[in-house]
This record gives sequence, C-alpha cells and structure tokens, in this order.
Amino acid sequence: MLQTYKVTGGDFVNAGKASSSVKGILKQLNVLAGLIKRVVVALYEAEVNVAAHAYSGNILVEIESDQVRIRVTDSGPGIEDIQMAMKEGFSTASKEVREMGFGAGMGLANIKKNSDTFNITSVPGEGTTVEIINKLTD
Amino acid sequence: MKQEEGHTVFHHALKIVPELCIGCTHCMKACPTQAIRVRNGLAEIFEERCVDCGECYKACPVSAIIVEQDDFEDIFKYTTRVALVPSVLIGQFPSQITTEEIFGSLKKLGFTHIFEIDSVVEKVQEGYHRFREAFEGSKPLISTFCPAIVRLIQVRFPSMVENLIRVKPPSDIAALHFKEELVGKGYAEDEIGMFYVTPCAAKIASIKSPVGEDRSVVNGVINMEFLYNKMLHIILNKEVEAQESETVNLTSKGILWSLTRGESRHQLGRCLAVDGISNVTQFLERLEEEEESNIDFLELRACDESCAGGVLISGNRFLTVERLNGRAKKLPAIVSIDNTGTSRGYNHNAYDLQPIAPRSMMVLDRDRSLALEKMKKIDELLKVLPGIDCAACGSPTCRSLAEDIVQDRAALSWCVFLQELYLRKGKITLDEADRINATIWGKDRDYRSQSK
Ligand SMILES: Nc1ncnc2c1ncn2[C@@H]1O[C@H](COP(=O)(O)OP(=O)(O)O)[C@@H](O)[C@H]1O
Ligand code: SF4
Ligand SMILES: [Mg+2]
Repeated sequence: MLQTYKVTGGDFVNAGKASSSVKGILKQLNVLAGLIKRVVVALYEAEVNVAAHAYSGNILVEIESDQVRIRVTDSGPGIEDIQMAMKEGFSTASKEVREMGFGAGMGLANIKKNSDTFNITSVPGEGTTVEIINKLTD
Repeated sequence: MKQEEGHTVFHHALKIVPELCIGCTHCMKACPTQAIRVRNGLAEIFEERCVDCGECYKACPVSAIIVEQDDFEDIFKYTTRVALVPSVLIGQFPSQITTEEIFGSLKKLGFTHIFEIDSVVEKVQEGYHRFREAFEGSKPLISTFCPAIVRLIQVRFPSMVENLIRVKPPSDIAALHFKEELVGKGYAEDEIGMFYVTPCAAKIASIKSPVGEDRSVVNGVINMEFLYNKMLHIILNKEVEAQESETVNLTSKGILWSLTRGESRHQLGRCLAVDGISNVTQFLERLEEEEESNIDFLELRACDESCAGGVLISGNRFLTVERLNGRAKKLPAIVSIDNTGTSRGYNHNAYDLQPIAPRSMMVLDRDRSLALEKMKKIDELLKVLPGIDCAACGSPTCRSLAEDIVQDRAALSWCVFLQELYLRKGKITLDEADRINATIWGKDRDYRSQSK
C-alpha cells in the first residue's frame, strides 16, 4: 500500500501528521508496538527536519506485510557534510527553531537508530533525501 | 469474566433500553472508541470496544442508556452491611447538609458500617512508591485509578499497558482493608457484605469483571445517583440522627485524591494530570509518538473534573469540587497517630494488580496480508464516500462505515448519498432502498412517506 504526505518548511504544527497516520495504519495491521514505535520515531524526526531545515518535502510510505519503506525527499539547502550532520548534538537549527523546542541535534542519529536500513543523500543547494526501511516482523 | 469460544466476554455496566431508544446518532457520535452502531433503529454496543466511560450515557437525549446496578435490597442478605463511600458522594450535597447527617441517612437506609474509601490513600501511595522503585520499563508511570482509562489503554493504546501502575485503586484496597478489620473484630466473614457506592459505570464494570485481579472483594455496587436521591429525601424529611464517620485518618490528601490532580500533586518528578476522555486520548496519541518521555507520572481520568464529573453524580461537578476543597481545609494534611493501620501498610499479595493484558481493537485482521487487503479496500471506499461523517448510515463516520464494510458488517449502499445515486442510476430499486434503510433505521420509521 502506498501513502503520500507533504511537509512544508516552517510548518511545525503539521509536521508529525505523516507519522501519526502511519502509526494508525500499523496498529490496524497488528504490528508489534515496539516496531511501530521505531517507525514512528524515525519518520517523525524526518518530518521535523523538513519543517526545520528545508522548504518543502514529499513523503512516500510503502507498506507491505513484512516491511515498511519510507522516502522523504525535500527541496532545500541540502547538507554539506553529512558525517557531521549525523553526529549527536550537531545542529544548525535557527534560534527560532530552538525556541520551539526543536534542534537538539539528535534527529538524524535517532532516525538511524530506529531504522533497519537508513540512507541519506543530499545535494547542497537542491535538497535531501532520507530513506528508511524497517521490517514489520520480529 | 466469562470465556466463550476463546473470546473473553467483558461485563459492561451500560445498557441500551430498546423500548426507550429512538435510534438517533447522539451516543454513537460521542463514543471515544467508536463502539456504537445503529441497527434496526436501535443503538448497539460492540462489547469488545466499550470501555464503560459513560460518554454515551451523558449524550443520550431520551435517557435510553442505563447503568446496570445491583438490587439495593441485596444488602439485606448480610447482617453486616458495609457502605464504602467515596468522598464525591459527600461533595454533592448542598453545603448546609452536614457530613454527620449524610452518614446518618446511610445508616437509616440499612447500612451497619460506613467507611470512607479515601482514608486508605496512603496505602495506595506506598504501593505507587514500591512499584516505581521496582519499575524497569520506560517512563511515564500511568495511574490505574480510573478503570475507564485502564480499558481505554488496553483497547486503543496497547503499547502502554506496561506503563500502568499495578496497584489496586483505593476502592478495592479499602474494601480489602476494612473487611479484614471487621473480621479481626470478630464479625463473621460470610455475614459481611461490602457495598461500593459508585460515581460511574466504569467502576461497576471493573468490579464485575476486574482487570488484573481474579475476583473483587466487593459484594455489590450501588448506583450513586439512586442512593443520593434516597439519602436526600431522608435528610430533608429530618428522619436522620446525626452519625459520626467511622473512618478515622481521613486527610485532605485523601478527600481530594479522586479529583483532578488529586494523585499527581503527590507523586515524585514531573507529574501531569489530564481529565476528560477525549483529552486523554489526544494526550496518549502524542505520548505514543515520542521517542522518550520525560514525564514521570501521569494521572488520567475519563471524566471532566475527574470523579466529580462521574456519570452518576447528581450535583454540578464544579460545585462538588468546591465543596470537597472546603472539607479538605478542615482536615489534617497527614495522619499523625495511626492506631488502626488504615493509613499505612501495603499488602503486596492482596493489593497488587496482576499484569494487564493489551487487547487491541484496532487490528483489521490477525493475518497481516488480509489486514493489508482490507486496508487497501478501505482506502478505495473512502474515495467514493462523501467524507462528511453524517452518521446516517448507522456508523459514526465515513471511515468507520468503510471499516464496517470490509469487516462484513455493512454495505456501501447504506451510505445515503450513494444510495440516492444508485437509485437515480437504476442500480437499486426503491423497495431495495427501503429494505436497506429498515436495516439501519428500523422498519417502523416513516422516512419516505413524504415522497411516496
Ligand atoms: N532535510 C534537511 N535539509 C537540510 N539540512 C538538514 C536536513 N536534515 C538535517 N539537516 C542538517 O543536519 C543537522 C542535524 O540534523 P538533526 O540530527 O535532525 O538535528 P536538528 O534537526 O536538531 O538540528 C541539522 O541541524 C541540519 O543542519
Ligand atoms: S474519572 Fe472517576 S467517575 Fe469518571 S470514569 Fe474514572 S473513576 Fe469513574
Ligand atoms: Mg532534526
């Protein structure tokens, strides 16, 4: 099954809609709570990153009986040094974003931690793509 | 709890009276777990989804939903007749009526002993403390005080059953404690009847089919609304002799325990209280999505203003809260000398709840591929349904109709808009349409007379 969602840069109110929706679907599919949590946390952080750092993004969620594949593609400034960005605590979040309680620099690390397969590619000046694949069975 | 064909049958205290039900959609729309449908012109409750919160009871415009109760005369089967009274019972009475008169009226009605449940909160507190010390899971700990919330978590937030504090609520601990005390004083054990005066349906259900314990020590449940009327009558007719409370050791903490923030303000760390079942649902949805919560303790109550807003409370909930706050001011904050053991001593064996099992009602099919098929079908259906959630199909929302269709509980032609379309296109006949409508709204409803 294919689900698509949109995220707009700066819109923190709606960032989280996709992960909520995917959570509802996985619950209906009888996926173990712990596995659902991993997917939800990873997707939520990816959504927030688009809202915090990019202009707009598209989320594609492909759900099969044994796995979920997520692709978050944004147009935005992209990431110059991905290795650096992955480091826990590293953040370029603006003061405004921090004041809203985001920008702890843990997002990418948490995405990686909560996904079975994690891929990130970025073209500076164009945008970033994050891919997450998680198994839905133990 | 009865077992039938491998399914657990849950006792529910809310019942629909077919003779009174007008088959409107109020209760169906109010239900936080979408447990109600309208069929044959009557509301129907899905047993496995109902959490006994009482939202339907509050929403029904014709009082066709009742709270099942034990026959009051049952108390006379026992020679020692104990009323277990929560403080919200007292909070409902107008302030010129004294606590002594209130207890006097209970004696007049036939009770031999009256105990205030909220005098045992220190035991609960000790239980919480021990549970927290031994807890190895991730935060927050969630109170098991409100039985509607425990059930809500079981059916809608199964991932959070682990967070529930496995300590019985004050009502159960009070029943156990006071029964033991009476037996210790020489009362014959099988002559003692413990009767709990309940502010809500959830408590009745939890006593009749307990979660996390085998059998409740409570022998019967008395509907507070019913009792309040009887008590008020006696008091206003001056038939009562003032009666001191038998419960010593009642504190301000105890009196306020069942109100919002009654528990949370006494727990350690970052504590939060949420009341009202839709607020709780919203909050738990959020919590489920967090990587790690830094909340230590959550007090969640199904009713707005907690037990002061229970469905069987006759008084205004805000005035009840005010009255209880007034009473609390006259009581000590802590018990200084306790010769009775009411206020301390946590008995693990008796007071612990067993692990609480999740029983998700969200799952479309146990078989993942079938569930996925159903979900795809739901998505397809949602594209043709109008999306206005009018409930005229007998399901609360367009999505729930779609879910009912894939579960073979309804048909697409039940949607009034699609039915109109099918009629115009000649896909169904008027007679067929009438039959469909009768399935949902009953055959006696005259919904088409004007056009015939
Ligand atoms: N989608 C994105 N577009 C541009 N930059 C990003 C994106 N996602 C992450 N980054 C960069 O990587 C850094 C680290 O991201 P993350 O670990 O999520 O922490 P945070 O978002 O709290 O700053 C961000 O501060 C930002 O510089
Ligand atoms: S808040 Fe109190 S009255 Fe309301 S359902 Fe829960 S226990 Fe019952
Ligand atoms: Mg981030």
